Amino acid sequence: MALSSFEREQQRREQRRLIALLAPGMLWLLVFFLLPLLVILVYSFLTNGPRGNLLWQPTLQNYVDLFTQSSYVNAYVRSLWISGLTTLFALLLGYPLALFIVKQPPRVRLVLLILVLIPFWTNFLVRIYAWQIILANNGLINTTLGAMGLPTLFLLNTEGATLLGLVYGELPFMVLPIYAALDRFDFTLMEAGADLGASKWHAFWHIMLPMTMPGVAAGAVLVFIPTIGQFVVSELLGGAKVDYIGNLIQRLFLRSNPPNWPLGSAMSTVMMIVLLGFILLYFRSTTEEDR
Amino acid sequence: MHKGYAIELANVVKRFGEVAAVDHVTLQIHDGEFFSLLGPSGCGKTTTLRMIAGFEYPSGGELMIHGRPMATVPPHHRPVNTVFQSYALFPHMTVAQNVAFGLKMKRVPRAELGARVQAALDMVRLAGFAERYPRQMSGGQQQRVALARALVNQPEVLLLDEPLGALDQKLRKEMQLELKSLQHRVGITFIFVTHDQEEALTMSDRIAVMNQGKVLQVGTPTEIYERPTCKFVADFIGETNFIEGTVVEQSDEYATIQTPDGLQLRGYTPRPVNLGEAATLSLRPEKARLVLPSHARPEDAFTMPVHVEMITYIGSDTRITVRLNERRTLDVWEQNTLSTLDRNAYWQPGEAAVLVCPPANALVLTE
Repeated sequence: MALSSFEREQQRREQRRLIALLAPGMLWLLVFFLLPLLVILVYSFLTNGPRGNLLWQPTLQNYVDLFTQSSYVNAYVRSLWISGLTTLFALLLGYPLALFIVKQPPRVRLVLLILVLIPFWTNFLVRIYAWQIILANNGLINTTLGAMGLPTLFLLNTEGATLLGLVYGELPFMVLPIYAALDRFDFTLMEAGADLGASKWHAFWHIMLPMTMPGVAAGAVLVFIPTIGQFVVSELLGGAKVDYIGNLIQRLFLRSNPPNWPLGSAMSTVMMIVLLGFILLYFRSTTEEDR
Repeated sequence: MHKGYAIELANVVKRFGEVAAVDHVTLQIHDGEFFSLLGPSGCGKTTTLRMIAGFEYPSGGELMIHGRPMATVPPHHRPVNTVFQSYALFPHMTVAQNVAFGLKMKRVPRAELGARVQAALDMVRLAGFAERYPRQMSGGQQQRVALARALVNQPEVLLLDEPLGALDQKLRKEMQLELKSLQHRVGITFIFVTHDQEEALTMSDRIAVMNQGKVLQVGTPTEIYERPTCKFVADFIGETNFIEGTVVEQSDEYATIQTPDGLQLRGYTPRPVNLGEAATLSLRPEKARLVLPSHARPEDAFTMPVHVEMITYIGSDTRITVRLNERRTLDVWEQNTLSTLDRNAYWQPGEAAVLVCPPANALVLTE
């Protein structure tokens, strides 16, 4: 349909306004997000010099090393594994918790939600140090056990401690989206399920879980992605005994002598591609209205 | 089929905290009956239905389905199905999957399942909609999916919780008739919860009128309308004129009340009243007649000289407000049986008339 000149003028004005509103944000993203990303991408194809200096010699060697050296491959596998476990445990703990909160009267709900968020008021590092104090050989748990005449446990600096710390740190990110999904869920549907012969478990499995899947998926993405790149928890609670991908990258950039930025960049790039894959999967599995 | 009653409630009580939502309700519902629970919101009708479905457990009393005690049976083991007020269709399932849900839970074999789902959809005239999602359907269609989803399980009793509440007036009337004829075809006991008295009268074999957790009267639509046993029922069902007074005479099934302004009015007593008791005369507007003063006859229960005050012509009827004295007006409805434009055929404001009431048309009721 032909537009009148007035309508066209309106459209142009609308566009100008849009550009004016979006420009600052776009510029910010361009300079502080896209540019560093490009730098990393370019670095990953360069050669590391003998003193950690960059040599402008294009190479694929960084990527070849990544996929052939078992210590690197293992770090990837280990990271995926612990992120998967963290996501699973966060889900197993977070779903019932979210359900419990939704079922409370509004006042109690609010209090519980605030309790879920309170840890964020304290720096994450401080909270992880607190876990050290709890788990250490002469820490809270072991002194309690000792006082009761029970044998003490070796808790700190284990993979279990890493997992514990990760699940602890990420749990709110699982609880909140599931809570939001359950809040929208019409619990009459559970009665309808029971009315049609479904036990509580069947009703959960066939009705509540599928309908709150968008929340579960969002929670899983929010937990899985930060976990895969983490290096703090595995160092402070896991004792840096095994390398996760985050530890490797951190070391290659900051600690190793000489540093190896190109290899670190290649590792980051591969990690981003893996995560991009998961995100695409998430977008595929959910519709726009679910998100 | 089964002996005895489809549903039997004996002194059933349901308390929420201090409040008795259902207060010693006793009901017997026959097999194959279309039974309505009628009352204003908060009267306990929905709670009663939810106890039959198993979503709430009674605080006291006995609840039986075909003679089997149900007090502790969870909903998924009860031989009843519910049509919810909001339909409660599963939005993530197609119409066919919704209807198949109950059969799947009962592990009905695949081949039989398909045929039964199809038959159920045919029954509610939704044969072509199997693969649609509930959100793609109109309110009336969703309503029919909810019906099919319940009936496909061949329940012993179908529970309907204000299922027509969300539909517009025209669709509502259609669905009323459709539900009624469906109930005749399948022969299943329907228990229908509604706050709409006209709906209850149209559809039910019998109605229980509830208020404040109690069943006030159980009867056929005619009994409920023509012979309400208390003031609340007369007021809730249909329209009526109330005149308060004291019983000054009573004999057999009739009583006379005296009003503060000196009127003596005689009416039928569905429930015995005592001399000296406060009572209310209920006179439905269509059961009173207006005649010219010269036409009054002695056999009428009472006559009252009145003045026509306001006329509302609504096509089939003319609704007339008449003034008895300074403090009191009454409503009278006359059917327009004659087709005429002659002004003299209708009452005129200011005209003197006599309101007459045949013996059984007015009722003397207590609270």
